[in-house]
Amino acid sequence: MIENRQAKNGRLMIEILPDKCDYCGCCVGVCPEDAIELKEAEIFIIDERCTNCSKCIWSCPIEVIVFNKEGVLSLLV
Amino acid sequence: MKNEYDIIVVGAGPAGSMAARFAAEQGVSVMMFEKDRDVGYPVRCGEAISRAGVEEFIEPDERWITAHITKFSFVAPDNTEATLQFDTEQEGYVLERRIFDYELAKTAVKEGAQILTRAYVNGLLIDDDKAAGVKYEHNGEQKELKSKIVIAADGVESRVGRWAGLTTHIDFRDMECCTQITAAEISIAQDTLYFYFGKDVAPEGYFWIFPKGENIANIGLGVSGMIGRKFSAKSFLNNFMEKNYPDASVLTTIAGGVPSAITLDKISAPGIALVGDAARQVNPLSGGGIASGMIGASIAGRIAGEAIKRNKLDHLLSYDKAWNDRLGKRHETFNRIKEGIFNFSDEKFNNIAHSINKIPFKKRTLGKVFRTALLNQPSLLIDVAKVFIV
Repeated sequence: MIENRQAKNGRLMIEILPDKCDYCGCCVGVCPEDAIELKEAEIFIIDERCTNCSKCIWSCPIEVIVFNKEGVLSLLV
Repeated sequence: MKNEYDIIVVGAGPAGSMAARFAAEQGVSVMMFEKDRDVGYPVRCGEAISRAGVEEFIEPDERWITAHITKFSFVAPDNTEATLQFDTEQEGYVLERRIFDYELAKTAVKEGAQILTRAYVNGLLIDDDKAAGVKYEHNGEQKELKSKIVIAADGVESRVGRWAGLTTHIDFRDMECCTQITAAEISIAQDTLYFYFGKDVAPEGYFWIFPKGENIANIGLGVSGMIGRKFSAKSFLNNFMEKNYPDASVLTTIAGGVPSAITLDKISAPGIALVGDAARQVNPLSGGGIASGMIGASIAGRIAGEAIKRNKLDHLLSYDKAWNDRLGKRHETFNRIKEGIFNFSDEKFNNIAHSINKIPFKKRTLGKVFRTALLNQPSLLIDVAKVFIV
C-alpha cells in the first residue's frame, strides 16, 4: 500500500504502482540512498531516505515506478 | 536451529548454494536464509550457460537441461542472419532454473549446510566493527542469528553489503533492466541461441531468443537505465512481439536486473563477503552471471571455511584478490569490449553480418570469423568469442 509520504526534502515525488510491480529489484540496485525496501512480494520507498533522484523510475523495465502528482507538477514548473 | 553458526549465507540462488557448499564441505556450520518461499523460483534469467560453466560444479542432468546449444545466430538490424557453429567443448545449455537451482541447493545440504526459506534478512549484527550475524524475519517474527562470517548472495537488489558499509549500488547506466517472456509455439532451431542487434530492437545491448525445447523459448532484452529513461525494456519487447509473434502464448512474464559492469571495488570487509550478482560478478559482455557467480562464490566459500578452521578471520579478506586473479580482471577486459561493441551503429552491425556470411559455413568457426570478418574494429572483437565460453 502506498500512502502519502514526506521525503527527505519534504516532498516525495515518486510512487511504485503496487499492482504492477514484479519485485525484480532493479530499482533497489540503482538507488544510491538505500531507500527502497524489497521483500518477496512487498515493496515500498523509505521516504526519509529518498532524494527524488528518479534513478528508480529510469531503471524500472516494466514502467511500474512513476512520478506521483507532486512529481508531475514539479516537472511542469 | 543452532544458536550460532560459523557462516550465514544470505540467498539460496546458485551463488549462495556454492558458497554454502564449499564452506560446509570443510566441516564448518552453515545456515542459508532465502527470502522467497522457494529455492529456484521465480526465475529471473535467460537461462543460458556454457557447458564448462555447469560442469565445474555439477554433473549435467537432462532433468534441468531444456536445450543443447551448438550454434549462435546473430541477427543484424537489416535482418541478415549470421550463424556460427561451436566446437564441442564450447557447447552450451538452456537450463530449467527452477530445477537447476534446487539441485544446486541439495548439493550444499549434502555437505552439511542448512536452509530456511521465507527467511527475510533485514539487518546485520555488528560487533566491534565486524559483521557478526544477521537480523531476519521469519513467520512474522523478528529474530537474530549470530555467526562468525556472513556471505551475502542476495542478488541484484543486494542490501547486506550496504549494511556493512560497502558501496554496492549500481550506476543506473550499468544496470541492464530486463524483461522476458517464456512463450510457446516459437518456431526456431532448438540448438541455436539467437541475438538481435539494432537501435530499434535493443539499443546498446541485445535482444535474445533462447529455445527451451518443444518450441518454447525465452524471449527478452535488457536496456541500460540510460535508455530506460526514454524507452522501457517492456516497450521494446512489446514492439518485437507484435511484429514477429503477435499470437504467441505466454507462459511466464518476468522482470529482472543484470549488473553489467566490472566487479565492485571491494567485495569483502571484516566478517563479510559478497558473491554473485550482489558482488556484480556478472560477465559484462554476455550478461551471464550464473557461472561467474558460482565461481566467485566457490572461492568465497572455500576461503571463509579456511578462515574459520584456522581461526584467522582476516584470511577472508584474501577473497578479493583470489576473485580478481581467477576472473575479475578478465571482466575488466570484457567490459571494455562491451563498451565498444554495444555502441556500434546499425550499419556496422549489418556490415559485420554480411562479412560473416561471406565465409563458407563449415569454415565459420569463431576464431576464423573474428580474424577475417571484423574489418571495422578487429582489436576489440578478438576476445568476444571467448566471452560466451565462460
